[in-house]
Amino acid sequence: MELFADHNLCSGCRACLLACGLENFGEMTPAKAALKIQALFPAPGRYRVQLCDQCGRCAEVCPVEAITREEGVWLVDPEECTSCGTCVAECPHGVITLPREDEPAIKCTLCGACVEICPRDVFSWREGPLKEMGQ
Amino acid sequence: MKGYAGKLLRFDLSKGRAQVQPLPEELVRDYIGGRGFVAKLLWDELPSGADPLGPENLLIIATGPLSGHLLPASGKTHFGAKSPVNGGYADANMGGHFGPALKYAGFDLVILTGRAAEPSLLVIDDGKVELRPAGDRWGMGALEAEERLKDDLGREFELLTIGPAGERKVRFACLSHDFGRQAGRCGLGAVLGSKNLKALAVRGTGSLQVHDLKGLYAKAKVAYAKIKAKPGFKGWTPEGTAGITDWVNQVGAFPTRNFQTSFFPGHRAINGRAVVERLKLTDKGCFCCPTPCGKYGHTRTSLGEAFVEGPEYESIALLGGNLELKTIEEVGYANFLCDQLGLDTISAGAVASFAMECFEKGLITEKDLGRKIAFGSLSSAAFLFDLMARREGLGDLLAEGVKIAAERIGRGSAGFAIQVKGLEWSGYECRNAPGMMLSYLTADVGAHHNRSWALGQDVAGSAASVHDLITAGGKGERMAKAKVGGQAAKVIELQHLRPLFDILGICRLQYMELGFEVVHYEDLFGLVTGRKMSWEELLKVSEKVWHLTRAFSVREVPGFGRAHDLPPARFFTEPVPTGPNQGHLLKRAELERLLDEYYAARGWDENGLPEPKTLEKVGLEDVAAALESA
Repeated sequence: MELFADHNLCSGCRACLLACGLENFGEMTPAKAALKIQALFPAPGRYRVQLCDQCGRCAEVCPVEAITREEGVWLVDPEECTSCGTCVAECPHGVITLPREDEPAIKCTLCGACVEICPRDVFSWREGPLKEMGQ
Repeated sequence: MKGYAGKLLRFDLSKGRAQVQPLPEELVRDYIGGRGFVAKLLWDELPSGADPLGPENLLIIATGPLSGHLLPASGKTHFGAKSPVNGGYADANMGGHFGPALKYAGFDLVILTGRAAEPSLLVIDDGKVELRPAGDRWGMGALEAEERLKDDLGREFELLTIGPAGERKVRFACLSHDFGRQAGRCGLGAVLGSKNLKALAVRGTGSLQVHDLKGLYAKAKVAYAKIKAKPGFKGWTPEGTAGITDWVNQVGAFPTRNFQTSFFPGHRAINGRAVVERLKLTDKGCFCCPTPCGKYGHTRTSLGEAFVEGPEYESIALLGGNLELKTIEEVGYANFLCDQLGLDTISAGAVASFAMECFEKGLITEKDLGRKIAFGSLSSAAFLFDLMARREGLGDLLAEGVKIAAERIGRGSAGFAIQVKGLEWSGYECRNAPGMMLSYLTADVGAHHNRSWALGQDVAGSAASVHDLITAGGKGERMAKAKVGGQAAKVIELQHLRPLFDILGICRLQYMELGFEVVHYEDLFGLVTGRKMSWEELLKVSEKVWHLTRAFSVREVPGFGRAHDLPPARFFTEPVPTGPNQGHLLKRAELERLLDEYYAARGWDENGLPEPKTLEKVGLEDVAAALESA
């Protein structure tokens, strides 16, 4: 299963960012979220949702092999991660981040917290690789 | 102090100096947040008699305990100052993302004092606070300045900007944020301009401490699910506040032609459906809002094209019906012009309609303006907005608002200067709506609807949600004369209830428009803060704040009292000429009766001044003593 986002439904409320931080890190903060909402204003006047598609590029470039695959999901081992930022620079969607100095990188665990909380039903589960609808 | 960021930032713009202190525990205990903080700090810290546009005025930015958390619509930020409109109490709030960012940067509250030596930008980047020169942004439109500053600083910064109107201290200049959100009322943009501050930028990457994090997360999921199950979720959200336009018309309360009448035959061309079908590109929500009322779109008119958020209901009423603009594209463009210039759409619409009526009556002439102006003309509206925002020619007088403009123009114009306490009237005409009329007369900041919206009770006689009212529909038939008397208790209840959301730092629309029950907010408050307070106890805080804001105006405005609670003569001398309320008005004696009942129920004297024993009863003994010794 893959996560799917319909950009056209997003209204930029960021509840998904908070749910991500709560579910994965037990913190109330939009800074620790493994997805991004881009607000494209004043023009063209729309939102874009950036999601991890589990491509594995972060694991490929990690110099200490801190990112490993479990049941199809690439996960960061916080004990092994040295916060070097190599994966952040290489992520094609900009969704693996180092929100704070000296804390490990964070990335999507495919937990589904965003799917559950989103009041606009932006996110859904689909078979196969991630696809994007809308612009 | 769970739920709060825990710190207060004071910034003296004259000295360029920041002072950070812990959020005072007593302030949190007794006033909770948002509007409560604003009222208490203005009472305690504003030098009595200060010039609202002088360096001694405070500009307070306050979040609430629920702001910024994962719970429905936690994006509200409250702003307050001594009012540039009337010298009394002023506050305004806005949605968006600014307040949450401030909390994640570590601050619940910011108090700005003094005046920067040059046009400046205040940057709050987590714990770092820096005043930077911004002369190159001075003169820019509020939306344009936001875009440029985001380019300079990074898109993740949240911005608060003013436009040319704020720079020139127009008394109805607004604070702007997120390309279309405004703290619109009371001229707080002029206060920022008077401090030589073009903008504030905030980035916050911290975390908020919560009393029961797991409990709150679970409750948030329940809250969102319950809101999604409300009929208004699918019924009200698509059009947002604009969806009420037809109903207000059908019940004869739509401001039309400078409030000459209360029914606009062309309303269907400027209603919520028109916004969605002709302008909208996307829904645009505030922080954690499940029901985004913001509709962001694009408009094309004979004067030009623009991206614009809205128009929401108030802008439709004051720029649409009140100026008789014919299409939603025209209303949207007028909305954009106000946003860019940094003008409150409500007051700017009311000032423009006042000028148009003056022109019709020959009180302002082509010689004064250099051109003709007329209702129904977008170019007239655009011309007037530019004139007032730049204080050019007659615009310098219009920039003072309708009350002061009418005092100078004279010749009966005060009778149709539609305001209370100098603040222009928002989008509900009340000559047959005594509860709503009383709400406007007694709102602490002036003629604003957000303290108490009693129109539903006036028309339907019940506490139905707005979605219920819209669904039931207005019949458009002639309305019977409303019974005058007995409205005070309901208005007082609403004046405590609605501003409580402003104290908590959240939006009231899920409750008001959809009927999301208040018991959930009681739960959320407990989970976030760890304080056990019932909704009734929270309302008591809101009641105390109501008396405090009144006391502030009594202290600051010479001769403040009953005379400040009356509407313009139009509403008690001119029967409504057309529409469902044709022939109705509220006689002067009826207005006096409404005020008599209200003052008695409030524990205020016949002149509308709080009795000492009333202040003591709500825990404002020091305020009672200060007023008595004055």
